[in-house]
Amino acid sequence: MRLLHRFHGGVHPDEHKRESSELPSARAPLPSKLTLLLQQHIGAKAKALVQAGDQVLKGQMLARAEGNMSAAIHAPTSGTVLSVELHTVPHPSGLPDLCITLAPDGADKWADHAPFDYRALPKEELLAKLRDGGIVGLGGATFPTHVKFASGPVQTLVLNGAECEPWITTDDRLMRERAAEIVQGIEILRHLVSPSETVIGIEDNKPQAIAAMQQACANTGIEVVTVPTLYPTGGEKQLVKILTGKEVPSGGRPFNIGVTCGNVATAYAVHRLVHHGEPMISRLVTVTGAVKSPQNFEVLLGTPIAELVQCAGSALPGADGYIFGGPMMGLHVSDAQLPVVKSTNCIIVKSPQLFPAPPPALPCIRCTRCAQACPADLQPQELYWFAKAKEFGKAQEYHLFDCIECGACAYVCPSHIPLVQYYRFAKSEIWAREKEKNAADAARIRHEFRLERIERDKREKAEKLAQKEKAALSAAPADSAPVAATPTSSDDAAPASPEQAVIAAAIERAKQQAAQIQPKNTDHLTPQQQADIAEIEARRAHIREIAHQPTESPKE
Amino acid sequence: MFTALYVMAGIALVLGAVLGYSAIHFKVEGNPLVDKIDAVLPQTQCGQCGYPGCKPYATAIAEGSADINKCPPGGEDGIRKLAELLGVEFKPFGEGAAQPKPKSVAFIDENICIGCTLCIQACPVDAISGAAKQMHTIIAAECTGCELCIAPCPVDCISMVALPQTIQTWKWQYPVYTMRQAA
Repeated sequence: MRLLHRFHGGVHPDEHKRESSELPSARAPLPSKLTLLLQQHIGAKAKALVQAGDQVLKGQMLARAEGNMSAAIHAPTSGTVLSVELHTVPHPSGLPDLCITLAPDGADKWADHAPFDYRALPKEELLAKLRDGGIVGLGGATFPTHVKFASGPVQTLVLNGAECEPWITTDDRLMRERAAEIVQGIEILRHLVSPSETVIGIEDNKPQAIAAMQQACANTGIEVVTVPTLYPTGGEKQLVKILTGKEVPSGGRPFNIGVTCGNVATAYAVHRLVHHGEPMISRLVTVTGAVKSPQNFEVLLGTPIAELVQCAGSALPGADGYIFGGPMMGLHVSDAQLPVVKSTNCIIVKSPQLFPAPPPALPCIRCTRCAQACPADLQPQELYWFAKAKEFGKAQEYHLFDCIECGACAYVCPSHIPLVQYYRFAKSEIWAREKEKNAADAARIRHEFRLERIERDKREKAEKLAQKEKAALSAAPADSAPVAATPTSSDDAAPASPEQAVIAAAIERAKQQAAQIQPKNTDHLTPQQQADIAEIEARRAHIREIAHQPTESPKE
Repeated sequence: MFTALYVMAGIALVLGAVLGYSAIHFKVEGNPLVDKIDAVLPQTQCGQCGYPGCKPYATAIAEGSADINKCPPGGEDGIRKLAELLGVEFKPFGEGAAQPKPKSVAFIDENICIGCTLCIQACPVDAISGAAKQMHTIIAAECTGCELCIAPCPVDCISMVALPQTIQTWKWQYPVYTMRQAA
């Protein structure tokens, strides 16, 4: 029996899980169009490998990982690439981003794929396979799995099956239905980080999932631990605290305390890749809220949410938007054509009955309920004041960046202040300023380098000139002797000063050069042209004569 | 009485020696305030302030010969930071003076460019690549948007392109929400 610990704070929002958790998951039908965002993970955008018009097979890599902190994107089904262009994506900005759109051909024909023996591979190769298989953390943050599990041996491997956010039931259904496959995936992750203990944390509101996992984990050394239901238990740092009692240091990652944490759905995706050769092309998504029959669906990535909602028996009248994710941390959108991405664990159809508009905010009364609820043990009311006053330095001093944006503070706020919005604003402002500062520093360095280079060039030129002069000086006596000997130089001051000698030599050289140059277009002329030239020359001579006369005449 | 005098004189000598020693050994080269001001300036090196770069402007501010509201690329935020650093009042941009513009980068129309290198010589941060009679192009990532390359171009092939907002440059807005009026 494991001794469980508590994290600070936490809240108990209405669960709303039973709506979607009771029906077994179903496979969503092939959509009419797939929109694959090139950035479905934290890190660098994947680089497209296909063009409009290309025929692709299911599971074929469409975009490769760019650098280490990135992951590949694959074709969820066979078909034709329609375009590689900007498309609106699920992002709070509502701005478009680069996407590959794919028209399925209906054949759903697989590209060559085969399982492989992960034990026979060196660790680096296995990690590269995870990257090229597009495996990222499916808990919500989509952190590339090959980066997370690249760390050396850890003491504890924590598998996150808490699924604390209301409405969402994908991990619940996945654990109930595919426990054995999850465990096979966990074995691969264990092979990567060789932990001395492996723990799966599941909230106690999922008894069937717990039972299924316990059965699958029998005699594997994997411990299934029931944790109390409390939001946000599913936060990485919170779950680690509950299971190990160790706290992730401020600004650190679980790896700093010898723990690696991954989602059960990620373990399942790893299993599909290794034991079936299937890259990440689909995921389980809960469709719930104001729909006729809420349910979980195995959905191809890139499916428009409008078609997904149709699978759940279409939206109920009065529906007025969607939430990507849960109600606490999710993204509220209104565009039904937005595609499912790797981080999409839930689509909630909103209606004013289920999600009434928040009441108007009142001023903060400093009741500190938010501080009692904060799972990161921060002082949300202070952070709110600093963010509101744009005192970003102070906000950072109060560990703004340890905020996980779980929304527990805003949930308990009696004044209904949208606290998380302030923290997000402050964070992005700080990041933007940091970027600007780095750009300014880079510009300063380049400018200073340029000034230095110009100085150096000037110096070098001056030095060269000085050297040349010196060389000319030493050569001058030899030169000036014949010059002085020739009778033509008799009218000059015969033993010319060295400078004059140099100048005279230069003039002489220029004269010689001028004499060598022959006008090239005067050879092989026709008699007519020669006559023309003669005429022009005659005219010129005449003009010269005229020009000379008047200048002389006024003088007289 | 003499003891007191000796003690006082002794203290004076010791302190004098310490001060003299530190004046020589802990001498601060240059004006550290200039560097602090320079760190706040946006480093566009555009000369819109009337000085040939950010550092000369910073020096002028430190000497008190320049106002703090002469840097349009820094925006009002920049003035605020300078005011805070120097402990002076915030001063808005002057009427009719250059105003801040959205961040943009230069763009060379390569069909028109004749490869004269004049813009390369004008660029304060070496953000233009090219050579005599070769195509020139702007290294957008290094361009500070100073516009110094536009005037020297003999064929007017350089224009400024405002940077579009993308997901990567997007920022969360300051929350605006209705507050209930207290009765």
